[in-house]
Amino acid sequence: MATIEIDGKEYEVEAGKNLLHVALSLGLNLPYFCWHPALGSVGACRQCAVKQYKDKDDQHGRLVMACMTPVSDGMRITVEDPESKTFRATVIESLMTNHPHDCPICDEGGECHLQDMTVMSGHNYRDYRFKKRTFNNQYLGPHINHEMNRCITCYRCVRFYRDYAGGRDLDEYASKNHVYFGRFEDGVLESEFSGNLVEVCPTGVFTDKELKKHYTRKWDLQTAPSICVHCGVGCNIIPGERYGQLRRILNRYNSEVNGYFLCDRGRFGYEFVNSSERIREPKLSSDVASKSDAISQIVGWLKDGKGAIGIGSPRASLESNFALRELVGKDRFFNGLGVKENRLASLALKILREGPARSASLNDAEKADAVLVLGEDVTQTAPMLALKLRQSVRNVPMESLSQANIPQWHDGAVREFAQDSKGPFFIASVKATRLDDIATETYRLAPSDIARLGFAVAHHIDESAPAPSGLDQETEEAAKRIAEVLKNAKKPLVVSGTGSGESAVLEAAANVSRALCSSGVQAGISLNFPECNSLGVSMLEEKGLEEALEYVNANHPATVIVLEIDLYRRGALEEIDRLFEEVSQISCIDHLENRTTANASAILPCGTFAESDGTMVNSEGRVQAFYQVFVPPDPIQESWRWIRDLLLETGNAKAKSWNDLDDVLESLASEIPDLAPALDAVVSADFRIAGQKIPRQPHRYSGRTAMRANIDIHEPKPPQDPDSPLAFSMEGFHGKPPSGLASRFWAPGWNSVQSLNKFQEEVGGPMRGGDPGKRLLEPIPGEASPGQYYSSIPAAFSPEEGHLLIAHVHHIFGSDELSVHSPGIDELRPRPYVAIHPEDAKQCGLDEESEIDVPAGENSVTLKVTFENSLPRGVAGIPMGLPEFPEAVAMSGSFKVQQGVKQ
Amino acid sequence: MLTSEERTEIEAEIAHYEQKQAACIEAMKIVQKHRGWLSDDGIRDVAEIMEMTPAELDSVATFYNLLFRQPVGRHVVMVCDSVSCWIMGYENIRQYLMDKLEIGMGETTQDGRFTLLPICCLGNCDRAPAMMVGEDLHQDLTPEKIDAILEKYA
Amino acid sequence: MPSEKNMERPLTKNIDPDRGPLDLKGYVAAGGYEGARKALTSHQPGDVTELVKNSGLKGRGGAGFSTGMKWSFVPMGEDAPHPKYLVCNADEMEPGTFKDRLLLEGDPHSLIEGMIVAAYAIQADVAYIFLRWGYTHAAGLLRRAISEAEEAGYLGKNIFSSGYNLEMYLHISAGRYICGEETALLSSLEGKRANPRAKPPFPQVSGLFGKPTIVQNVETLCNVHHILNHGVDWYKNLSLTEEGGTKLYGVSGKVKNPGCWELPMGTPVREILEGHAGGMRDGLQFRGLLPGGASTDFLVEEHLDLAMDYATIGKAGSRMGTGTMIVMDDQTCPVGMALNLQQFFAQESCGWCTPCRDGLPHVVKILSAIENGEGRMEDLDKLSAMCKYMGPGNTFCALAPGAAEPLQSALKYFREDFENHIQGKKCPWRN
Ligand SMILES: Cc1cc2nc3c(=O)[nH]c(=O)nc-3n(C[C@H](O)[C@H](O)[C@H](O)COP(=O)(O)O)c2cc1C
Ligand code: SF4
Ligand code: FES
Repeated sequence: MATIEIDGKEYEVEAGKNLLHVALSLGLNLPYFCWHPALGSVGACRQCAVKQYKDKDDQHGRLVMACMTPVSDGMRITVEDPESKTFRATVIESLMTNHPHDCPICDEGGECHLQDMTVMSGHNYRDYRFKKRTFNNQYLGPHINHEMNRCITCYRCVRFYRDYAGGRDLDEYASKNHVYFGRFEDGVLESEFSGNLVEVCPTGVFTDKELKKHYTRKWDLQTAPSICVHCGVGCNIIPGERYGQLRRILNRYNSEVNGYFLCDRGRFGYEFVNSSERIREPKLSSDVASKSDAISQIVGWLKDGKGAIGIGSPRASLESNFALRELVGKDRFFNGLGVKENRLASLALKILREGPARSASLNDAEKADAVLVLGEDVTQTAPMLALKLRQSVRNVPMESLSQANIPQWHDGAVREFAQDSKGPFFIASVKATRLDDIATETYRLAPSDIARLGFAVAHHIDESAPAPSGLDQETEEAAKRIAEVLKNAKKPLVVSGTGSGESAVLEAAANVSRALCSSGVQAGISLNFPECNSLGVSMLEEKGLEEALEYVNANHPATVIVLEIDLYRRGALEEIDRLFEEVSQISCIDHLENRTTANASAILPCGTFAESDGTMVNSEGRVQAFYQVFVPPDPIQESWRWIRDLLLETGNAKAKSWNDLDDVLESLASEIPDLAPALDAVVSADFRIAGQKIPRQPHRYSGRTAMRANIDIHEPKPPQDPDSPLAFSMEGFHGKPPSGLASRFWAPGWNSVQSLNKFQEEVGGPMRGGDPGKRLLEPIPGEASPGQYYSSIPAAFSPEEGHLLIAHVHHIFGSDELSVHSPGIDELRPRPYVAIHPEDAKQCGLDEESEIDVPAGENSVTLKVTFENSLPRGVAGIPMGLPEFPEAVAMSGSFKVQQGVKQ
Repeated sequence: MLTSEERTEIEAEIAHYEQKQAACIEAMKIVQKHRGWLSDDGIRDVAEIMEMTPAELDSVATFYNLLFRQPVGRHVVMVCDSVSCWIMGYENIRQYLMDKLEIGMGETTQDGRFTLLPICCLGNCDRAPAMMVGEDLHQDLTPEKIDAILEKYA
Repeated sequence: MPSEKNMERPLTKNIDPDRGPLDLKGYVAAGGYEGARKALTSHQPGDVTELVKNSGLKGRGGAGFSTGMKWSFVPMGEDAPHPKYLVCNADEMEPGTFKDRLLLEGDPHSLIEGMIVAAYAIQADVAYIFLRWGYTHAAGLLRRAISEAEEAGYLGKNIFSSGYNLEMYLHISAGRYICGEETALLSSLEGKRANPRAKPPFPQVSGLFGKPTIVQNVETLCNVHHILNHGVDWYKNLSLTEEGGTKLYGVSGKVKNPGCWELPMGTPVREILEGHAGGMRDGLQFRGLLPGGASTDFLVEEHLDLAMDYATIGKAGSRMGTGTMIVMDDQTCPVGMALNLQQFFAQESCGWCTPCRDGLPHVVKILSAIENGEGRMEDLDKLSAMCKYMGPGNTFCALAPGAAEPLQSALKYFREDFENHIQGKKCPWRN
């Protein structure tokens, strides 16, 4: 600790941190541009200048850049003296010499860090009378708009995109006051994290092109804390709505989960909420029906002697799933996961439950000092985890920094010192991945061989772990090397997941982490689940679609109630068709039309995540609450409310006590103790600050009295929100709410996202009062850990001539059900294909124009061949989850290549 | 595509450094020497051998004064515009050159013979004004001298 | 004062412009490589550093930092990271500076010898000469000299059978003034944009490729083998002042005899200007000079009797810089000169930090306005404020502070000329 004096006041602070970090953490206002808490200091903009005195007697002092100055005991600083104030104002003046005066038409206006810092620095009047520089802009793809004239050359964009996220197609060009940030030529930004430029850029150079289509100023957006629904990571987000449309998504900081950033799937994948394919009315046999008719019809079916089953969903909240379980009864509730998917998910859950390795948060992943990735293409399935893992390779080189006396936040010096050296990172995957550039070694193997490699690594760490037999020399050596590195690491991490579709891969990952723990290493494990509540629904119910099918075959229930899920994405076409044939009535509760709703006899329109509240469990096992952003037009309502209505109609006693969502969660917690901690993850609906609710609308929200004037000149009463402490209103408590209820980041003088520093305990640290969310799965350490080594090791894959083994390939843009409804994401996603090694293709007489038939369950699909050099011989890559290609889910095993048909 | 000559010269340079990228400026100079300037394709070619992306390489290329990202004439005339030459009459020299070649600074003559560029101090301040034509230094410039000098460059 | 004739000129003794530089044979015959031999065969690396420290040799690149002191910060011994690097800064792009060219073209082996000694002192494994592109003649000479030295075993493995190895390469820059700044130079050598790096960490600890590195000016390096050869006392005695050795002084501008001479350190300004450069051309009056390149403050008449060394010129409010002066006469417009200088600096800004990148163009625009008769009185205060704004410590490297020096002193000494421009709405020297 150090005692420092700033403008005559003493503070106790942590020594060695940089002064800007410290000052902001103390709540002081000090302007800055080039510094970013996740990117560190480079001292380029000179905006954070303060005056430092040598000692008590020094009267003159000298200007120093706060971001480049480590704090030390006895330090004396002034922020307020005229010289440093003038300097900071002049820096703004300089930046403004070329900055256009286009705030009124600039998308950043109203949440612009440059505006904020200009006001903070006090440079109010332009006295520059000369011409400004102009640039050409580039086309950067569907997501990011480029307006270079607004650039203030803070270098943040490239430092994020290139240095932090590993992107190699955005850079800085030219020099002097003509530095240009862009691509070599027009084109789509290649990084999956390009959307963060919108938040990283302190002004309006890189702005949200999707928002532009339905632009709304920050102060006119109604916002609420929410959770991304597009993968299992569970990033914290802030969606914003206006006029009943979701307009954009911003990052919501959570130091344990996503930190400062989001992936592009999460940021731009929200258009499904505004989709024309939304279900907006209840329907009975495709005809619009009234709410009450629909309800009594479904209840009619429910009361039929043969009863009903319910199929839950990994993309619906715990509460909605639980309500459905209540409606149909525990025995007749199934979790909606397909056959293979459910096996994998329950296996992964078992591994996390049994420990002994701790399920790693994203923050833990970032801090790992040795990583083994088994079979999961993280960038495609859990993108933000990939961004965090990318940082982990910096940890080992960082260890030697202290020798050279370089603090970790000194980004320029750190990168120059470390150059290209990276900590250990091993990737075993079926094909090239987007993290290969940071990998120490990569292995391209068939899934079973990935598992065998993992088993061998475990064995080399702990001899009592079973070893695969007949391992080839090369893999054996690799396993030894990996084992050695992991064993000697302080915080090794094993990463895997359901992505490979192979249980043995998960088991191997479990063995490696167990072996590490048994040799006394604090290993972490990160298992990726595919969807936002896959883990939650698995914890709620073990039985999946497989059991549902069996049940249906045996009992022929009268109706199946399908909750927020398209079953055709879960199993072979014919299986789902059969299920639907076996039950006479299909009822769907969903928000988008899909193949399943097309079969439904009754449909109830439910809210999307943005129109609902609830809790979900991410892949780490963290239960997190999301809050409704806006009220959808009647009769759309939350799934759980529809189910409650059904329950009430059936006369269910429990449902009568379900007045709000808290009541549902309480029932859930009392019936399913494993999920009881979820109660701690939400702030109950009756929470008030100074007797007030927390408003979803900013205090500058405009047009409230006018926005509906075309419908009715009387301003309607704002909708009530019985389910949360938030209000659909501008009125309420405008101070800082508990961390989980932060609907937006704003503080006096801080209109941009950078205001976040006012919400953190320390810059870059946890949110004040602790990060929201609650971990459900803590490992059972050491001896007490109930599990044991998995021992069914698969045989080595041996390619058979003319045959190919199907391997799952995932795409950040394309494999996710909901995000592909965004036109931008649809544009970037691949169309169905089958990827083959060119040599295999040659052997089978195929070229890149060929099409081949790939079996899917009882049918087959004709797919276009693409060459993929990185695949192992004998393996075919099949893209999962593409909207026009649901059959992929039913593809597995080997198939004989049918001679290509030339087009 | 790099010619085999370009490739050989570049590989020799790569050997001088601990890291490959360190040779990228030299590599660009080599390609510029052979092709006159660095076109987008030139950048792509060098980027490939340096294991850099075109964006990464162009970021470096556009920083330096003597890497030409636009076509230049057969002879590049670089007139020193720094202070000693300025005192000694740079402005007249520049004007004379522009009039004679009928181009402005930064431009290339119609026949592709000369490109006129300013350059900072050539370290020839005691013999100012000075200029370079290609690799040759010319000093104590006067209009008459310039006439004679330019004639040497076909 | 030592008399002209018998004074020793270690740096230029081999230089004869009519004959061209000595080849290896000639250089050795003139006593060359003896200093290096002595260093490698009879001194420990630390002793060499100590000697150089004691000699009082200060860096000739402009900043005047003690050379031996700089070397002493390099980690030494078994645990020291390797490879370590020595880099010769032969970028010489400071306007008005033409001293290193003399050495590079006149006696390349002297530089190589100095580099061997310096490299040995810090136990460098690889040495680079970072040469500006424009020195095409020097490039050829250096290339030849390096290969001669390699063939003779002065470079390469086991030099002078001492067990010490050194590789040396010539790197030719692609042109940018900022490359002369030592950390920017390292970025450039790494094949990157020549943005300077933050100090600390200093290159001595984390330099080229993150390894310990020393960057030293050509002239500085040309001194060190002589120190080894003749000793510290001899070296100190060369000088007229506390600061050891001789110095290359140069004069450009409208003087009778512009040029560059090796003289005892501390030779008075007037002697250089009037004695060696022959004074002003006929019909011209002296108004001021920049003592050591474009990035130093003006000196005027009252300063002419000062000794040209780092300390004295520093006390007079300027810097000796490179020791090559630029003389301004009464037919030269101070505003125009300031404008030319600022254009240079604005043009050569690397674009990294705000005061330099955006401040200098602002200054240029104001100066152009004044020069073109569109100035305003308040512009002068703005210019003064901008000089302060771009001052030392306020920017990322010393480029912008260097730019502020001639401007702030021009505003001080030639304020009337600025005012005349503004009031007369034109430049009095132009029609
Ligand atoms: C903008 C700028 C340009 C410089 N240019 C040169 C140069 O061309 N040659 C040089 O030797 N030093 C130059 N220097 C000084 C170097 O940074 C460094 O101090 C010097 O090379 C160290 O060598 P020395 O100690 O032998 O002088 C420059 C400094 C700055 C700030
Ligand atoms: S002062 Fe700043 S912008 Fe100028 S050259 Fe130095 S680092 Fe670059
Ligand atoms: S924030 Fe400190 S210099 Fe930019």
